[in-house]
Amino acid sequence: MSEYLILRHRAIPGLERLPVYLEHQGFAAFKKAVMELPPAQVIQMVKDSGLRGRGGAGFPTGLKWSFLPNDLWPHYVVANADESEPGTFKDREIMESNPFQFLEGLMIAAYAVQANVAYIYIRGEYWHIARWLDQKIAELEQAGLLGERLFGTDYSLRIYTHLGAGAYICGEETALLESLEGKLGQPRLRPPFPATAGLYNRPTVVNNVETLANVPLIVLNGPAWYHNYGTDKSPGTKVFSLSGCVNRPGNYELPFGVTFRELIFEHGGGVPEGRTLKAVMTAGASSVLIPMDESVLDTPMDYESLNKFGGSLGSASVIVLDDSVNMAWLTQKTVNFFKHESCGKCTPCREGTYWMNRLAERIVRGKAGLREVELLYQVARQMQGKCLCALGEFSTLAVVSSIDRFRADFEAVVTKEPIYG
Amino acid sequence: MGKMVTLTIDGQVISVPQGMLIVDAAKKAGIDIPVFCYHPKMEPVGMCRMCLVEVGRPVIDRTTGQPILEADGTPKIQFGPKLETACTTPVSEGMVVRTQTQVVAEARRGIIEFLLTSHPLDCPICDKGGECPLQNLTMAYGPGESRFQYEDKMHLAKHVPLGELIYLDRERCILCGRCVRFQSNVADDPVIAFSQRGRALQIVTFSEPGFDSYFSGNTTDICPVGALTTADFRFGARPWEMIPTASICPHCPVGCNLTLNVRREAAAGGREVIKRVMPRQNEWVNEIWICDKGRFGYHYTESPERLRQPLVRKNGRLEPATWEEALAFAAEGLRERSGVVALAGGRLSNEDFFNLYQVVTARQGRAVLYSTMAGGDYVQRYGLSGDANLAGLGKGDAVLVVATDLHEEAPLWWLRVKQAAERGATLIVANARPTKLERYAAHVIRYAYSEVLEKVQSLLAGESPEAQALAKATNLVIFFGQEGLSLEASEALATMLARLLVQNGQAERPLSGLVAVWPHANTQGGWEIGFRPDPDLAHTLATAGAVWVAAADPAGDDPILAQALEKAGFVIVQDLFLTETARRADVVFPVQAFTEREGTWTSGERRVQRFYPAVPELENTRPDFMIVAQVADHLGIPLVGRSASRVFDELARALPAFAGLSYTRLAEVVEQWPLVGRGDLYYGGTVYENTQGLGVRLARMSAGAELSEWPAVEIAPAPADDALYLVPVVRLYDQGQTLVPSHLLQQRMARAALYLAPATAAQLGVQTGERVEVSAGEWAETLTVYVDANVPVKAGLVPRSTGVPLRQPLWVRAQRAVLEPQP
Ligand SMILES: Cc1cc2nc3c(=O)[nH]c(=O)nc-3n(C[C@H](O)[C@H](O)[C@H](O)COP(=O)(O)O)c2cc1C
Ligand code: SF4
Ligand code: SF4
Ligand code: SF4
Ligand code: FES
Repeated sequence: MSEYLILRHRAIPGLERLPVYLEHQGFAAFKKAVMELPPAQVIQMVKDSGLRGRGGAGFPTGLKWSFLPNDLWPHYVVANADESEPGTFKDREIMESNPFQFLEGLMIAAYAVQANVAYIYIRGEYWHIARWLDQKIAELEQAGLLGERLFGTDYSLRIYTHLGAGAYICGEETALLESLEGKLGQPRLRPPFPATAGLYNRPTVVNNVETLANVPLIVLNGPAWYHNYGTDKSPGTKVFSLSGCVNRPGNYELPFGVTFRELIFEHGGGVPEGRTLKAVMTAGASSVLIPMDESVLDTPMDYESLNKFGGSLGSASVIVLDDSVNMAWLTQKTVNFFKHESCGKCTPCREGTYWMNRLAERIVRGKAGLREVELLYQVARQMQGKCLCALGEFSTLAVVSSIDRFRADFEAVVTKEPIYG
Repeated sequence: MGKMVTLTIDGQVISVPQGMLIVDAAKKAGIDIPVFCYHPKMEPVGMCRMCLVEVGRPVIDRTTGQPILEADGTPKIQFGPKLETACTTPVSEGMVVRTQTQVVAEARRGIIEFLLTSHPLDCPICDKGGECPLQNLTMAYGPGESRFQYEDKMHLAKHVPLGELIYLDRERCILCGRCVRFQSNVADDPVIAFSQRGRALQIVTFSEPGFDSYFSGNTTDICPVGALTTADFRFGARPWEMIPTASICPHCPVGCNLTLNVRREAAAGGREVIKRVMPRQNEWVNEIWICDKGRFGYHYTESPERLRQPLVRKNGRLEPATWEEALAFAAEGLRERSGVVALAGGRLSNEDFFNLYQVVTARQGRAVLYSTMAGGDYVQRYGLSGDANLAGLGKGDAVLVVATDLHEEAPLWWLRVKQAAERGATLIVANARPTKLERYAAHVIRYAYSEVLEKVQSLLAGESPEAQALAKATNLVIFFGQEGLSLEASEALATMLARLLVQNGQAERPLSGLVAVWPHANTQGGWEIGFRPDPDLAHTLATAGAVWVAAADPAGDDPILAQALEKAGFVIVQDLFLTETARRADVVFPVQAFTEREGTWTSGERRVQRFYPAVPELENTRPDFMIVAQVADHLGIPLVGRSASRVFDELARALPAFAGLSYTRLAEVVEQWPLVGRGDLYYGGTVYENTQGLGVRLARMSAGAELSEWPAVEIAPAPADDALYLVPVVRLYDQGQTLVPSHLLQQRMARAALYLAPATAAQLGVQTGERVEVSAGEWAETLTVYVDANVPVKAGLVPRSTGVPLRQPLWVRAQRAVLEPQP
């Protein structure tokens, strides 16, 4: 990678320290926005940049900001730092090593929607990062970059961190808001969307950490500049979290449109011990299994191209699977994860994940036959299209795609070699 | 009326108000969409996913804004890729909903199969079996057979007490959240909640005592499975064995409509007994809810202490007698004496009051209402009128609540006033101490007990924000009680409040008026018929030639009245129990309980409602009106006494407010919304639909002459600097004779105690648990102290009906009680 937009700390040592960040045009964008740009113009810039949300759904960020009604106050901005998708670990690196760029993005977002309070909702396991960010926030306040009447204007902003308590579902924006309000983390009905009825029933923007980290450079360099990176419909770069059967797992910041081949082989160093690539999951556990062949390897990775495999880019946590992995085993692992993380609010997901997990366990233990494999498939299908939030739907993706595409793996475990005796 | 929207459901074209949810629109059209988590009285949550249907919408041409048409000229309809939940999706113009397709059937089958995976299917021993939405919907839409492996079933605790009133069966719970939402959003006692997640999700309580809410029983009605049961009924009977009888709650002036479920029972010697009390829909009164006092407070009717035989005083002792003897003896006692005083309590029916009134007036006697609160005559003239329903109050209207704690005194009114405030009505709460209703109040008026009249008078002056809010309200409903007031002061209060309505121009409006928060179900009925409270009851009793007491226990309530009664010439008592008053009587008649007889009550909103006999009478008892008529008969006064209906018809002929009413009219019903009932338990719950009468509101009496100035009442000033104003306050669960037999509530019943502000307690040098002697003249009591920050300074609160003889507020001297040293 020649150029970093997000993981700039890799090129600039010490960027996590305020003086260094300031030296590299830090907070110039925020200052410019607050002092020179009307909020609507900031929103327009982000719209024009084509920035899309990095939290999973790829929703246009500027458009989301523009949905907040101006007759209902206060507005809130919430940074989604719950980062709970298995295989996703990009927000962590951003917050640890380039915290000010993220905070500046959050601050610009807050200014753009005229929020005076912003929250960072961080997964509980990242408590040390929350403490770290608290220090950074204090430094910003001391430096006069955050607080009351900034730069002599009327605009004031406070940022607070809030720790989650270890639930994947609290990364879903409405469950996150419930949790932030001190309630049980379960998704809300949508509509109304957070943009009109979010935190404490007030208009709220929820954005992923990485999404926000893009904002300062867009405001500083202009939307047109941003289009130099990535594809037409997915401009910019993306931090891919690469894991699984690769030689060099880790975060890779690459422009959208890069191919699987480039990511896995050029950057990830290929599959260990020369084994054969079998499949990838592109959105952590919430993925369909995409069987790998040459044509797939040359597919560009952006929000549109993966549709043809029935998949989506999601948070771009690419899990690589080689021929040493039995997909029945993998299915059981994902289903177990979703059983553990289902919030229990709606029937199909609560009961379905529990049921699928029981079946999958039995299958990998050799305590079941093809009938159970078929039943597992049916149960997943029976859940689809009926769940209250996306988690329930996610839980079926690996099941259905693996039984569809890797039936032989299931046949092997139920007839010949159970994975756990 | 808002905009209407036209849509098609299963080929049927219907028009419904904009904003209505598909599930309700279908219901209106007679199409049942199965639901579990949805309830028509609560906001939808879309959790159970049972109500999935196909929803199509017209395709709109972006350029013209017009619907695109098919070749045949009908609008092109586009169906979404997924089914939609009918309970969360509002109707829209041109929408097409399909509920009977293969996909929908499969979705329903799937959801039922999921719900049953870990369900114990113990219907044969489940209280809900037979009236269970899950059971019924499984029969209608379920797969018949499960593919879930039996050994994978979760096994969870089956007898989890959420407090001593309500039990939870965790296996049966389908996690629909209705109970949690009812408690948070309807009752606003968020004392139960979900805990954990996924398949470990469960209902928990975290209050002390568990499930601390006066409305808890309602959750057992709306729970769509047998997960929530009342300790009172669980394992008591199967729904299909029980016969429903329409009734009215006897416990407070709201007049909640009830259904009594009755079964013949071996354990009761083959008698028919009441197994449970259920709400009966009346959207004008209690909607579909009742409080736990109404639900659990019926056991007094089956108390072994009930009187079963007339008693006559012979040689100074009360001895059993035959009815004939007792009636003759009573008539004899009356014939010989002039100056008869009838003293009647608000538990009597209108018919009882009417007959009693007839006899005493025929004997030139006086009809005295056993009450320390006035204002019923104002309610007659300035009460609500016509079809007015508190549910109609909203933005632009106001509700004023004075000198009462509605949550304790009339829980359903509390609920309905709260809802009015939530709909946007301006709520003003005036009391000497904080009450739970204040959470919803736009204005709180706080006063010292002695200043209440001045405060209310200042509302008439029109200066304060409260006065202005009242003045500009379109409709104004005023609830007034008697907390801290003497009889005279409550008379003055009622006058002022009536004046307020007149002055603001609201008095003529149907949905405006006074509502008296009486201590009993039919106190207002007593007023309507002509009974009036007596400010000097002790004197009246002491000088009476004869006293005829019905449904009152003056001697038990107050030693001074007991003494007065001893002086009365001759005493007749009609009661359920051998009360202190009955012990002092010359003749005692055993009466029937409301469950055994019929009659009518007039609620505090002046709604006359019928109750029906549910169980056979206790042998040898008679209804009050009949006893009165039979005594009258011996005196040569002809009265109707055979049936309540005939007495009521007499009464309707005699009293202008009842003009035009008949017993049968009271039994009329109209269709109510939401449609609930036994046909589809899954929609409204096990509440009974109303087929036996919504009752009728009495006509407003003409206001008559200009409102008089109110009597110049001064609440007695403190006799000494350190005097304490002792105020009886109402607690829902008291130790009254009509509640104590409901043992289930024992732990929650108020006890005789003295509640003091921290400052007052400090002055007296006492702490919670210590004792204080309070005295005024000869009157003296020693009470255990509870320090409570909500009590006003210089006041001491004493729960009513807990054995402390305090009927009205009283200035007392207080001092720490010194314990006798232990020998
Ligand atoms: C089950 C589930 C888990 C999610 N977890 C996360 C998460 O950990 N972090 C995140 O940023 N978004 C997560 N999302 C997406 C959020 O709901 C939301 O779309 C996102 O925060 C919006 O931010 P963006 O527009 O910047 O992407 C999750 C969504 C679902 C359905
Ligand atoms: S789909 Fe799963 S996580 Fe989402 S609301 Fe339903 S139970 Fe909760
Ligand atoms: S106890 Fe009943 S009402 Fe409450 S969540 Fe369970 S099934 Fe629903
Ligand atoms: S609110 Fe009053 S009338 Fe209604 S159930 Fe309770 S005590 Fe009975
Ligand atoms: S989701 Fe509609 S009734 Fe439960």
